[in-house]
Amino acid sequence: MTVPEGMDRPKAGLRQRENLALLHEVSLATAGVSHVEMCIQCGTCGGSCPSAADMDHTPRKLFAMLRAGMEDEVLRSNTPWMCVSCYHCVVRCPQQIHIPDVMYMLKSKAIAAKLCQDSTAPDFSKTFIGMVETFGRSFEVGLAGWHYVTHYPLRLPAMAVMGFGLFTKSRMSILPKRIKGMDQLKAILDKAKTLEMSE
Amino acid sequence: MNDYIYYPGCSMEGSGIAYHESLMVVKKVLGMQLHEIDDWNCCGATEYLGTSTIPAYSLIARNLALAAQQTVGNKTVMAPCSACYLNLVKADHNMAESKVLGGKVNEALAAGGLHYDPGSLTIRHLLDVFINDVGLDTIKSKVTHPLTGMRVAPYLGCMVPRPDYGHQFSDYEQPTELDDLLRALGADVIDYPLKTECCGGHMAQIGPETAYEMIRRLVSTAENRQADIMVTVCPMCQMNLDAYQPETNSFFGTNYQMPIVFFTQLMGLAFGADAKEVGFGRELVSAKKALARIGVAAPAPAASAPRSKKPQGLPMPASKFQKKAAAEMAIKEGSK
Amino acid sequence: MSDEKKTPKEKIGVYVCHCGTNISAVVDVEGVRDWVQKNMAGDGVVIARDYKFMCSSLGQELIEKDIKELGLTRVVVAACSPHLHEKTFRTAAENAGLNPYLTELVSIREQISWVHTDKAVATAKAKSLVAGTVKRVVNNEALEKLKVPINANTLVVGGGIAGIQAALEIANGGFHVYLVEREPSLGGHMAQFDKTFPTLDCSACILTPRMVEAGTHPNITVLTWSEVTNVSGYIGNFSVTIKKKSRCVNEELCTGCGICIEKCPKKVIDDTFEAGLGYRKVIYTPFAQAVPNFPVLDQPNCTYFEKGTCKACEKFCPTNAIDFTQQDQILNVEVGNIILATGYDLFDASRMTNYGYGRLANVYSSLEFERMSNSSGPTNGHIVLRDGKTKPETVGIIHCVGSRDKNFNNHCSAICCMQSLKFAHLVKEHTGATVYEFYIDMRTPAKSYDEFYQRIIDEGTVFVRGKVAEISDIPRIPDEEGKLIIQVEDTLVGKQRRIPVDMVILSNGLEPRADAKQVGKLFGISCSSDGWYIERHPKLDPVTTMTEGILIAGCASGPKDIPASVSQGAAAAARVMDKILQKEVELEPVRATIDEDKCSGCRICNNMCPFSAILYIEDKGVTRVNPALCQGCGTCIAACPAGAISGTGFSDEQILAQIDGILMAV
Repeated sequence: MTVPEGMDRPKAGLRQRENLALLHEVSLATAGVSHVEMCIQCGTCGGSCPSAADMDHTPRKLFAMLRAGMEDEVLRSNTPWMCVSCYHCVVRCPQQIHIPDVMYMLKSKAIAAKLCQDSTAPDFSKTFIGMVETFGRSFEVGLAGWHYVTHYPLRLPAMAVMGFGLFTKSRMSILPKRIKGMDQLKAILDKAKTLEMSE
Repeated sequence: MNDYIYYPGCSMEGSGIAYHESLMVVKKVLGMQLHEIDDWNCCGATEYLGTSTIPAYSLIARNLALAAQQTVGNKTVMAPCSACYLNLVKADHNMAESKVLGGKVNEALAAGGLHYDPGSLTIRHLLDVFINDVGLDTIKSKVTHPLTGMRVAPYLGCMVPRPDYGHQFSDYEQPTELDDLLRALGADVIDYPLKTECCGGHMAQIGPETAYEMIRRLVSTAENRQADIMVTVCPMCQMNLDAYQPETNSFFGTNYQMPIVFFTQLMGLAFGADAKEVGFGRELVSAKKALARIGVAAPAPAASAPRSKKPQGLPMPASKFQKKAAAEMAIKEGSK
Repeated sequence: MSDEKKTPKEKIGVYVCHCGTNISAVVDVEGVRDWVQKNMAGDGVVIARDYKFMCSSLGQELIEKDIKELGLTRVVVAACSPHLHEKTFRTAAENAGLNPYLTELVSIREQISWVHTDKAVATAKAKSLVAGTVKRVVNNEALEKLKVPINANTLVVGGGIAGIQAALEIANGGFHVYLVEREPSLGGHMAQFDKTFPTLDCSACILTPRMVEAGTHPNITVLTWSEVTNVSGYIGNFSVTIKKKSRCVNEELCTGCGICIEKCPKKVIDDTFEAGLGYRKVIYTPFAQAVPNFPVLDQPNCTYFEKGTCKACEKFCPTNAIDFTQQDQILNVEVGNIILATGYDLFDASRMTNYGYGRLANVYSSLEFERMSNSSGPTNGHIVLRDGKTKPETVGIIHCVGSRDKNFNNHCSAICCMQSLKFAHLVKEHTGATVYEFYIDMRTPAKSYDEFYQRIIDEGTVFVRGKVAEISDIPRIPDEEGKLIIQVEDTLVGKQRRIPVDMVILSNGLEPRADAKQVGKLFGISCSSDGWYIERHPKLDPVTTMTEGILIAGCASGPKDIPASVSQGAAAAARVMDKILQKEVELEPVRATIDEDKCSGCRICNNMCPFSAILYIEDKGVTRVNPALCQGCGTCIAACPAGAISGTGFSDEQILAQIDGILMAV
């Protein structure tokens, strides 16, 4: 039985849909060869992660949930958004699982399913991408400015101090730089967006 | 082996301008030629990879395709920024490992009239190039103003020693490369075990509290071990530990004043350049006090000894680094 | 390729097996039988049968009956792989009076029914293969097994518990053993341990009586501080060269009084027996109960050899047993069988920099802890921190260090879970400290092992399921100051924990010896990709190797506990004695022979033999094959430009006939 409409948490006896092909799907869609099926649940990743304390599920637990087909919970989890890409986990993992690449994959899957949680990360990424797709280079002032205005307006005063400091030391340009081959880059990215990893 | 295809990365012109200035000075002294990739684009940092796969890799691969077209030396691309370096080498590695990815990315590149064969370029980080190509002996020979008296904490950050596809560094957790380089400059390198811990990366913008704690760990340990200054190889790390230090202080109610600069800035100083020439003054947490320590006699041994005492009682086992060093010594001395 | 229109010279019986439904579910067994009966009568097939289980006694009786009643001169059985039942059918034929080498087994199971799904294709292939073997077997020759005499002496390499067990069993059986050990004393790793699981017997107490027995046994020649440098020959007849390294001590005069050790002024770190945790003198015995009790002079570290001074040992020796001029001795022995019981090396934990072994003072390896806990060790049995005096109040024990890890060793080291539990007990007993154990899985399968686990839980050990991510000395909060912090995910709770402890003990994995490959080459055996010696069959033949006469026992073939090592030592001994008692060993007659009239002495084949079975006879100018060493691999046969070498059991006529048969239209 599936959960009835309007009921967001399963009550006694009612189970969420399980997608038992999930682990395999995620593995195939990850760039490179992920080995995530080989997880022996040792916990080295969760133990190594510097931001584990702030994750709702440790990376290891997330992989167990993948295996159990808990697609909804996995994509709602803040775990991939907490990942700082420090690569401690992958060099220590006894099964050499490409954990950060799986995290990137889960982020994009969560965005596609519109299930990303409280994190401001998806928005930040979108703003960043917008800059790159317009100018070909990142534009720190535009990015930071827009991000704080939309998500952390209360921090703007403190950020302004930092921004002023950076500006006076010439570490920040007011105007964005633009590459010459913007058309070429656009063509490449437009084509890339039509391609899928699992095809 | 002095010519490199050069991928600067967006930060070199912005927040990491001191890195750029000091690198320009250092490369001249070491006789290196850097050929910038013509019309390179942003590598996407960690943002692009988290939203899509093929577009993200295509963004990176455009740079690789352009670099491959430039005929320079033995096709080595050098990137000073850790994130740029990792993105370039990861794209190359994953495209080679997964034929599906390689094929799709090239399909996208073709729409822009480009193509990249994974494996056709060697991708190196700046520090790796200094240690393994230029060599410590050469660097030492160019030092005219040794940094004696300055206590430096070598902070390498995470993306250079890991995942290290090309096995260019001595260890994932406690590599000795940056320590050795700083010693060659005459500096007093402190024992800094957090040298490859993460600075928080983009969490400084996205999840600040997480980032502040990570910054605090790094800065407080350097301070506890009586470092005068920290050096790093990555503009993101420098930004987080420098620009966000005041934020970190106000979050925790602390008052750390730990300056952090790029390692090339110290190299430039040691090679005799003026501080301003190599970007000093651009850091938000001032390095003035640290600079004043150069040439000053080291403080009394008791105060300068790091917290961990050498054990008196039982002998310590030899670590893999000591064994490696001993084996190299044995070969050098020609003993059996 | 001969035309079989004339009367066939042989009478062939063909038997096609159903193997239950293993073969018959895919191959039309009756169809094959009928086809053979109809189409191969011209080749000599007089009877073709099918049966459910040819290998059963009834099946074998079918063959025996037909041989006797129909006067069969050749037999072809189409069934499973020759690896399994070739011997069965050859023996059956022999019982009925037919030379066993005139019977051939063709595999229509492993090569057909188990790998194909299309029945039509499978049946056609079965017909082809059977036809091939029928045509081949016509050209088989009656062969006799080779018998070579066995030398009753045995060489055991490695004086640890497995080697000692093997040596004692053979010696007690009345046969002579050379027991060679590279270290100054017998005992191996077991001599280093404190207590053994699960009984908590003192290791030295159960080991030393065996050591003494081996050391004094009239049938055992113990050669310690010795190494094998060369092996040649074959089963029953090996020639072995042993280098007895110079001790600088005359064993005839030495009484083992120990004065030289006392008076030696120089101490060095004992990297071997004390695992680097303690010191020994330059002239030393590794431990008090060493067998034999003659000291060894560590020449590279000796002041006399370095500078020409000191000589304190010589001055004080009451029997003048010190001899600085003593040279290595070279011994040559003849043996019939060799048992390799060379043991393991410990994983070097400094390779896992995240655990800080070698950098953080209070992280210990398993062997370091054994020495510490041992009452005759460098701390007299006190569990203390690296400062040599402070008792720890909390201790963390970590499983799977360098094991079950693709970055280091993929295998599980079999003994670490039990060893870690043992450590927990010892720590509690010596110090009363709080003990944490960090594991991925608990592997306690053997007799009384799981009960031991429950005992350790009962003693109050705190178990955390999680592979430790890192050990750090950088505190994040005041409670962590001055401690080692174990950072781990407690997977049963799903949260990362930082647990401050005073001391960490690692359960290092077991690895093959660093020189296992070279030593293996010396004896002509191979190592797996993991580096352990390969046994002939992992399930059914764990102590023999593919090289006749070379056996393996103990950890040399893979990590195992003491009972398993002892069992293997005994099993190897039994195998050896079984050979010795037969007085002769039978060798398969499938081998190469050289027609000396055709041999031009070009010697191309000489360097090709992987078994060193080819000899060049100088005065005759021809090459000859040593039939005892030859394994019939066929390399020289293929290499000979004159076609002077042929293989019994694999002649050109046999192979060409087989090809003809396979290509027959079905």
